[in-house]
Amino acid sequence: MEKLEVAGLTHHFGFTKILENINFTLQKGEVLSIVGPSGGGKTTLLHLCADLLDVTEGRVHNTFASSSFAFQEARLLPWKNVLDNIMLGLLACGEKRASALERAKKIALRFGLEESDFEKFPKDLSGGMRQRVSFARALVTKPSLLFLDEPFSALDIGLKRELQNILIEMIDKKEISILFITHDLMEAIRLSDTILLLKADPGHIVKAFTYKMPQKQRDDTFVYQESAKILQDSEIIATFELELK
Amino acid sequence: MKFLFKILKDFPLYLWSGWGAIGSIFLFIALWDAGHQYYGSLVLPSPLETFTTLLGMLQDKEMQEAIQTTLTRAGIGFGIAVILGTSLGLLAGFFMTASMMSRPIVTILVGMPPIVWIVLAMIWFGMGDETVVFTVVVASFPIVFVGSLQGTRTLDGDLSEMARSFALPWHMKFFDVYFPHIFSYVFPAWVAALGMAWKIVIMAELLATSDGLGASLAVARSQLDTAGALALVVIMIASLLFIEYVILEPIKREVELWRS
Ligand SMILES: Nc1ncnc2c1ncn2[C@@H]1O[C@H](COP(=O)(O)OP(=O)(O)OP(=O)(O)O)[C@@H](O)[C@H]1O
Ligand SMILES: [Mg+2]
Repeated sequence: MEKLEVAGLTHHFGFTKILENINFTLQKGEVLSIVGPSGGGKTTLLHLCADLLDVTEGRVHNTFASSSFAFQEARLLPWKNVLDNIMLGLLACGEKRASALERAKKIALRFGLEESDFEKFPKDLSGGMRQRVSFARALVTKPSLLFLDEPFSALDIGLKRELQNILIEMIDKKEISILFITHDLMEAIRLSDTILLLKADPGHIVKAFTYKMPQKQRDDTFVYQESAKILQDSEIIATFELELK
Repeated sequence: MKFLFKILKDFPLYLWSGWGAIGSIFLFIALWDAGHQYYGSLVLPSPLETFTTLLGMLQDKEMQEAIQTTLTRAGIGFGIAVILGTSLGLLAGFFMTASMMSRPIVTILVGMPPIVWIVLAMIWFGMGDETVVFTVVVASFPIVFVGSLQGTRTLDGDLSEMARSFALPWHMKFFDVYFPHIFSYVFPAWVAALGMAWKIVIMAELLATSDGLGASLAVARSQLDTAGALALVVIMIASLLFIEYVILEPIKREVELWRS
């Protein structure tokens, strides 16, 4: 069984402790979200899990067959056009150029990009388009584990919903497992099996929320109700320093 | 291949944009003629006289050989500078210690007046090809080296991290992630170095050899052949303009299309 196991993970940058004693397990087919205040160490945690940073204390054990990463900033290659950027991961796995191109075109259209955008360089794209290209680049390889660092932050609500639905479709078919970072509690509630609340200074997990209902059956009423509930939670209030009126 | 095609396709448009440049050249020639009418032929021969001399020169077998000699020397010197400068710059860029150690050396190389190198080279190699080529190499090497070093040192760590997350094989990492960035620094450095090589080769020839364009210039000077000297200058400038604006600039434009 594929899984990602994090145990006793602590991390320092210089002398500052950024993360302290993080423990969780992500099973195959699950979606695990991490929410928390800005600067709390979420990106750092994700990088540690994806082996982009060296683990110094604690353990990260990843048995997923394949994984890919959508970064908080798009990180597109500025000298490659939209399609070539999306194809990058496919070519890296040794896929032939022609079929990679087909798949890239298909996913680009599905992500709301237009044919006239295909040849554009990243400098000529809007922020949201760049984010979609970056997300497409991560998803096109059909990874079994997906690391998402606020991939929807620059999108309008319509696009956001559309891309979430694509993920929900994949989750429903048990095609993918996701470690997800977001600022948007409603988004987390819509997509996750488990939400971990990461409190800052140093980043540590204070609470976990689990949702049993399958993602596909969660309607707006469910999401609104649960959001209202979670916003009343004392740990959430303390973590985000919410002012109650 | 696709790339080459695109350069050729955009070429007419690029030439069209050169009208302004041609206008300014004609303005310059007009001023030159005014100067001629004021100072007389000995100091400043008329453009017409100069260009007639130039035409005569270009048909002259000896002059053709001289141009060839100079081109060869500049080409060899520039080639060596490009190969050495680019590869050493890459090496220095990838290793922190090497890049720190190379800094004072580069400062010395850049700061040293080329004339000093010519004198030293004349002592070391005597009067001949080696002296000229050596001076060209020493003068253009640091430009290429610095370009290549900076290209390597400014590589984007975020992009390498991205490349790592997609487990790009080494050849993709090099050609898709590192190379385009480094090239965007190295190529302008090559262009600058070529201009430098061309200037230095004439100077070195003038002082240290008996053949080539520089030597012809020395002869023109000793015979007070102002028209001949000016014609030589026109040859030098025209060939530089040709290489820079007709060959290199269109390439540069295509290569840097992705830049904002
Ligand atoms: N390479 C680094 N060197 C030193 N400090 C770093 C480095 N990367 C991040 N930090 C620090 O670690 C802390 C956590 O950063 P991180 O990017 O993980 O936050 P985050 O939770 O992702 O925030 P946001 O929601 O705003 O993206 C910050 O205080 C940041 O200054
Ligand atoms: Mg972050």
